[in-house]
Amino acid sequence: MEWLISISIGFMTAAGVFLTLRARTFPVVLGLTLLAYAVNVFLFTMGRLNIGVPSVIDAAQAGYSDPLPQALVLTAIVIAFGMTAFLIVLALKARSELGNDHVDGIHLSKDEHSLEKTLPPKQPTKAVRGDS
Amino acid sequence: MNLLAFNLPIVVLLPFFGAILAAYSGRFNRLAAAYTSGLVALVSLLLLVPAISLPFNGETLIQSWSWVDSIGLFFAFRLDGLALLFALLILIIGLLVIIYARYYLAKKDSMGRFYAYLLMFMGSMLGIVLSENVLQMVIFWELTSITSFLLISYWQHRKDAREGARMALAITGAGGLALLGGVLLLGHIVGSYQLSDILVAGDLIRGHDLYEITLVLVLLGVFTKSAQFPFHFWLPHAMAAPTPVSAYLHSATMVKAGIFLLARFFPVLSGTEMWTWLVGGAGMATLLIGAYTALFKHDLKGLLAYSTISHLGLITLLFGFGTQLAAVAAIFHIINHATFKASLFMVAGIIDHETGTRDMRKLNGLMKYMPHTGVLAIIASLSMAGVPLLNGFLSKEMFFAEAVTASQASIIAWSIPILVTLAGIFSVAYSLRFIHDVFFNGEPVGLTKTPHEPPRFMKIPVDLLVIACLAVGMLPMYTVASILDVAVSGTLQTTSPEYSLAIWHGINLPLIMSFTALLFGALIYFKRESLIRNYDRHDHINAKNYFMSLMDKLIALSILVTRRFDKASLQNSVAWIVFASIVITGYGFFSFDSPLLGDRALMPVDLVTIIVAMLLIVASLMTMIWHRQRLISLVVIGVVGLVIALAFIKFSAPDLALTQISVEVVTIILLLLALYFLPQKSPKETNKNRLWRDAILAIASGVGITLFTMMVLSRDYDPISHYFLSNSVPGGGGTNVVNVILVDFRGFDTLGEIVVLALAGLGIYAMLQGLTLPAPNNDIKGRSWSLDAHPMILQTFTRLMMPLMILVAVYIFLRGHNLPGGGFIAGLIASVALIVMYLSNGIEWTQQRLRIDMHLVIGFGLLIATATGLVAMAMGYPFLTSAFSHIHWPVIGEFEIASAIAFDLGVFLVVVGSTVMSLVQLGKLSTLSHKQQQQYAAKRFNGQENQ
Repeated sequence: MEWLISISIGFMTAAGVFLTLRARTFPVVLGLTLLAYAVNVFLFTMGRLNIGVPSVIDAAQAGYSDPLPQALVLTAIVIAFGMTAFLIVLALKARSELGNDHVDGIHLSKDEHSLEKTLPPKQPTKAVRGDS
Repeated sequence: MNLLAFNLPIVVLLPFFGAILAAYSGRFNRLAAAYTSGLVALVSLLLLVPAISLPFNGETLIQSWSWVDSIGLFFAFRLDGLALLFALLILIIGLLVIIYARYYLAKKDSMGRFYAYLLMFMGSMLGIVLSENVLQMVIFWELTSITSFLLISYWQHRKDAREGARMALAITGAGGLALLGGVLLLGHIVGSYQLSDILVAGDLIRGHDLYEITLVLVLLGVFTKSAQFPFHFWLPHAMAAPTPVSAYLHSATMVKAGIFLLARFFPVLSGTEMWTWLVGGAGMATLLIGAYTALFKHDLKGLLAYSTISHLGLITLLFGFGTQLAAVAAIFHIINHATFKASLFMVAGIIDHETGTRDMRKLNGLMKYMPHTGVLAIIASLSMAGVPLLNGFLSKEMFFAEAVTASQASIIAWSIPILVTLAGIFSVAYSLRFIHDVFFNGEPVGLTKTPHEPPRFMKIPVDLLVIACLAVGMLPMYTVASILDVAVSGTLQTTSPEYSLAIWHGINLPLIMSFTALLFGALIYFKRESLIRNYDRHDHINAKNYFMSLMDKLIALSILVTRRFDKASLQNSVAWIVFASIVITGYGFFSFDSPLLGDRALMPVDLVTIIVAMLLIVASLMTMIWHRQRLISLVVIGVVGLVIALAFIKFSAPDLALTQISVEVVTIILLLLALYFLPQKSPKETNKNRLWRDAILAIASGVGITLFTMMVLSRDYDPISHYFLSNSVPGGGGTNVVNVILVDFRGFDTLGEIVVLALAGLGIYAMLQGLTLPAPNNDIKGRSWSLDAHPMILQTFTRLMMPLMILVAVYIFLRGHNLPGGGFIAGLIASVALIVMYLSNGIEWTQQRLRIDMHLVIGFGLLIATATGLVAMAMGYPFLTSAFSHIHWPVIGEFEIASAIAFDLGVFLVVVGSTVMSLVQLGKLSTLSHKQQQQYAAKRFNGQENQ
């Protein structure tokens, strides 16, 4: 069972790292989400694997799982959501300001040149306006 | 109330508070700043007075409070003879400089700022000399570097002031870092950072393996601060400071801090061959270079700067001799140098002030314009030259005597008396130049104004200092003897050795050396014309150029390194971060000796789990492989999240499962909303090398984390959760331990987390303000969107479901303390309920019915959570302590109520507010964009028609 969990975490990490290294914002957000899953499960397993012993105090129960990693992971899940939401909106903002969804906001690949026409005309930024 | 229990920290800290007062009062009245500072320095001095008798009785006053005990840092102060001498020098000369500066500063200079800096510097210096804890001393040491930077750069409009200040800060700051290292090693060797412990551990320190490195690090601190060769070059550039600053920093304080440290650690670090060579060598080189260069400086302050370097070298050399008598001479010369050098700097300032120049080629014959100042300058200069009946003579005689003693040590040591006599010769020559070139030697050349005496009070500080020079020089036994004696015993940490302060010791070698120096010094002075011409003809090593080019190279190097690693590309940076993590983890794996896996019994595997895990693995891979088809990869990643929720259920974490499943729903909706505005497909990547590089990084990370997880899971561990499990019911009043940890045991953490969540929500709101994005009219396959935005069946059912979902949220919230649930989960469920309403009925329809500003919800959430903590504080408990009791309600029965539920309500509100706000703002964007798109298309259409 432990191997199964470890390997699952490994696959999530690998997929997450690969996606995080991509050049477009949306895959990067997906990659970070996968990495967050992997980290959360990893943290959770630090309390070891236990079946049928939730950490709710009950005299009839034989033992308890470790509540501390669970409490940590619970907030981590919510924070990861907050981070994902923030990132994806940042990606939208970047798209709006830069006109494309590249992580560095500079390169427009060949198949995207057609998109330029559908975009509203770019407003000059303040700095450029100051120079002229 | 016993003043001796707490006066030292007040003496040190008062100037810092005084600095604020001075800066503030300077705003209303220029002179108020000066009077405030004078008063503050005086009060500090008066507070020190009651303790003065203690060192004279052989007692050391220590006042200590605990601060960060775990690292050996105490808030501790110490007054022994050495500390007393320095504290008096700092305060008394400081007071004189304050009076002097009041007349020196011009109308346009800000007095408030000047005096604020000066007082902060004074406090820092007092902190160094009065510290008992050496870590605390290093803090004050760094403060002197910073405050002296502010003082030197006081005339910020001048380039030389800024450059000089930066150089001083770079060099003394770097030395400060070395000193910190040395002090940490000292503390490591001794096992304590208190001077009382360190000063008695001399043998232990000198015998320790780390002695050499400790000594070098401490000496780096000393040499940089006290401008010893090869770090001496910052001091002349610091002359760009206003003259009162120079008078203070370079006579009694800043540069003497290094000397103080040398004296402080003299009992524990001296007495080895290494000490003699390093300290003596640096001292001798500095003495000679300073004395030689001073003669050729045409600037009054330049001459004094190199003379200061030379005298600091003299004191360092004396400490380098390492004998007790040499230490006596060193301490004596510290006092004498402080008095005559402070007065000479003040004279230089007066001359500058009254004539408008400091160039000795222009200044001549000032004696008849300012006779009073002239007499003061002549006496102080003669003292600097070491003429009998003045204080400089006495300590110089002792210095010569020590040089003669040291010459017997080895065969090459016979050169010491010759070299120091040479330095003495130059010292006489430059002192004569200060007198003759400035006050006699014809008439002034090309002055813009006629010189005259300065205001009476500007001369009073100089008067007092010169009187001290005379009094000590003629009547040493009645003036300086007692404070010298107590300072020496404070330095040596034992009774002072036998020494004589008599003016006349008979005709002996030191006296002959003195007169040789006087004679040849006068000779050299009168031959100065040709010497100076010769000096000016040659190029000289200008350390400033080296320093500047070194700085430029360092900056160029850092730019090079940055460019190499930071190509302004996120992909590149992330690849480096992942690569570095893999390298570090790899090193950890390979240097790990024990077997990879532990011997904890592994759990058996069942078929269902295998199938579900396979689902997760396949879904992860598919997310990755299909990432160019964005909608599909988003659907597949949802599977991963759901499987994880299942895993949480299986492995006894119902709270996590509930959280995960509700977060999953919200996340997917959010990403779907955002995807609407992003390209539906990622472009194909053409760079195969990059794909392979990323694949290798990904596989290495995956394998690494798998092995690492397995290493942990196959070993037993000792959890710290027993406390939480056993105290959850009696202490927190709840049986769901996870929830009790969140809202009670670790409530402060949770408070921080909901603040983060609130900030994320507000950040999203802020970013989406004024954002415009084009919305596509068609989906990826070119089909246009459905016109049926809000299907009837969905609308009807969600309106029916709404109350039910809210009911579930309330139920989950209320039971959270005892059964799986709580504020986080209930908040997410309620958010889902609201978002479904927005989705199925449209934002406008929902907002007409739900007129609550989500900003307020977030705000109230944070307010309630914080207030819960504050109420506990108001009742005298620590922040966020919870209380609970059982209430018997009619009909319902016994009901437990805990204050933690109020906190959980805060959590609930913040989660609902942030989540709903993020999603609704995104949703609004799409409504807005659709309208804009239509307008834009219409405009283009019209534009084409017009053409």
